[in-house]
Amino acid sequence: MNKILALAGVVIKELYRRKDFYVLFVLTALITLVMGAANFFNDDKIVRYLIEICLLLIWISALVIAVGTAARQIPSEREQRTIFPLLAKPVTRAHLIVGKFLGCWLACGIALVVFYFFLAVVSGAREHQWPVGHYFQALWLQWMCLGVVIALVLWGSVVFSAPSANATICLIVVIGVLLLGRHLNVVALRQPEPVNSILYTIYFVIPHLEWFDVRDLIIHGQGLIGWTAVLLASLYAAAYTGTFLLLTWLVFRRKALNV
Amino acid sequence: MFRKSSPYLVLLLLLALDFSLATWLGSRAPTWTRRADSAGDMMTVLFGDARRMFANHFFTEADVYFHGGYYPSIFDQQARPKDTAHMTEKHEDHDADEAEHAHEKAMDFLGKPKDWVDAFGRNFFVTEHTHLGGGGVEREILPWLRISASLDPQRVDTYTVAAYWLRAHLGKVKEAEQFLREGLRANPDSSEILFELGKLYYENHKDVSRARNLLQLALQKWTAKNPGNLTKQDDAGRAALFQYEQIMTSLARLEEDQGNYAQAAAYLENLLSRDATPNPDIIRKQIDELKRKAKTPRQPDAS
Repeated sequence: MNKILALAGVVIKELYRRKDFYVLFVLTALITLVMGAANFFNDDKIVRYLIEICLLLIWISALVIAVGTAARQIPSEREQRTIFPLLAKPVTRAHLIVGKFLGCWLACGIALVVFYFFLAVVSGAREHQWPVGHYFQALWLQWMCLGVVIALVLWGSVVFSAPSANATICLIVVIGVLLLGRHLNVVALRQPEPVNSILYTIYFVIPHLEWFDVRDLIIHGQGLIGWTAVLLASLYAAAYTGTFLLLTWLVFRRKALNV
Repeated sequence: MFRKSSPYLVLLLLLALDFSLATWLGSRAPTWTRRADSAGDMMTVLFGDARRMFANHFFTEADVYFHGGYYPSIFDQQARPKDTAHMTEKHEDHDADEAEHAHEKAMDFLGKPKDWVDAFGRNFFVTEHTHLGGGGVEREILPWLRISASLDPQRVDTYTVAAYWLRAHLGKVKEAEQFLREGLRANPDSSEILFELGKLYYENHKDVSRARNLLQLALQKWTAKNPGNLTKQDDAGRAALFQYEQIMTSLARLEEDQGNYAQAAAYLENLLSRDATPNPDIIRKQIDELKRKAKTPRQPDAS
């Protein structure tokens, strides 16, 4: 466990040494504050549009950080040949994968805490309400979702030849699932066989990342999600994360390390 | 020598042709569209005709907010509201219950869960059909309407819907009037904006003479826009007749409040002659009542 934590620590240090997070956070804050300064019919209590914009920017930023960080972990170790001294120590390839995953996931968690704290301050300053429970659920579910995304990207990083190709393909898949995942069954029902069966199979196989996007519930002031549903969704995400990490290990354990 | 330079000469010729065509077409292009008056503004320069698509998106966003986030996706197109009347209508008569019921039915696009993924997924998005109302939350739709109007000033619905919420629910009569006047400057022939302004002057400013002038002007513009006979068979005809009904009913109400019963009855008779009301029997009863009142001599004012 110590080996995994040590590897994760290195990834977290990399996040705060690189400029990605700072640039994305400053951009999010700047756009949100500029939009917040807009005057709509002399009404300073309007806040939902601001929450919507800020949450959208948080989702985009978090996805970019997660995919960008995870995609380069294993390829950069191989390119710089630092993977050889790393694996010469009593560190197995499974340790390396889990350590890299944990580092990326924790780094994303830290970034999310900063983003959501900013959101809470901005919305709280306007509407003088602090829906901490809602923000916690949104943050938790988004973090779980990012776990699946990071595991998927790590798998992609041992399958695809270049980090750029991996990042692009993974982003397209993730955005596709987020936008279409919920509606794939409706589309399948309208199709003739065998398209119907193929689409329905895809519908059941893909990780339903759209479950973890609860922005609408926050924007439109809906009640809290049941904690049982949150727990079950977390288990669902953990299962997919485990599956992708296992797939990564299965490919990586027999892979030649020299580029 | 000539062969070497010929591609450059052709390129030069084409560039000169492009430039000449651009200057020639530049002055003529605005007249090809009815929306010529806005062709030179900043949004048009930046987005071109795409601004109308964005404006439509932001107007839909306002409708999404109006429904508390419960809104059909592009995969449930048939459930999407066909017009914007549901965003402003006050449901006062029994006929409105039917309209409300139809709207409720159309918005039940989710149906029963189709599988366990669908059933469990419903924990994480809005699944209840509600309309904004009370506590001032109506203000949340306004930014999207403002942005929509900036992108497409010729979209009349944006002004009337925003003005309705501003004056009727948020008490911002001054802002509503300013926004309507902005809309009127961009759409000087809009009977819808004139009608909304007339209602604002009557219901909020209590300025009867200006309200009457505005409503009559709205009627003139409506008549100029719809010279022929309209039928309820198509959407455009239904919408036009619905607006005619609104204008005539408002004028009749205004005249009745002022004691001009004969004039009020005349407006309602026009409504019947155009077959513009879904409740002709109720209108006939109102006309009889107004005619009876018109015959009754007025009591002298006690004060």
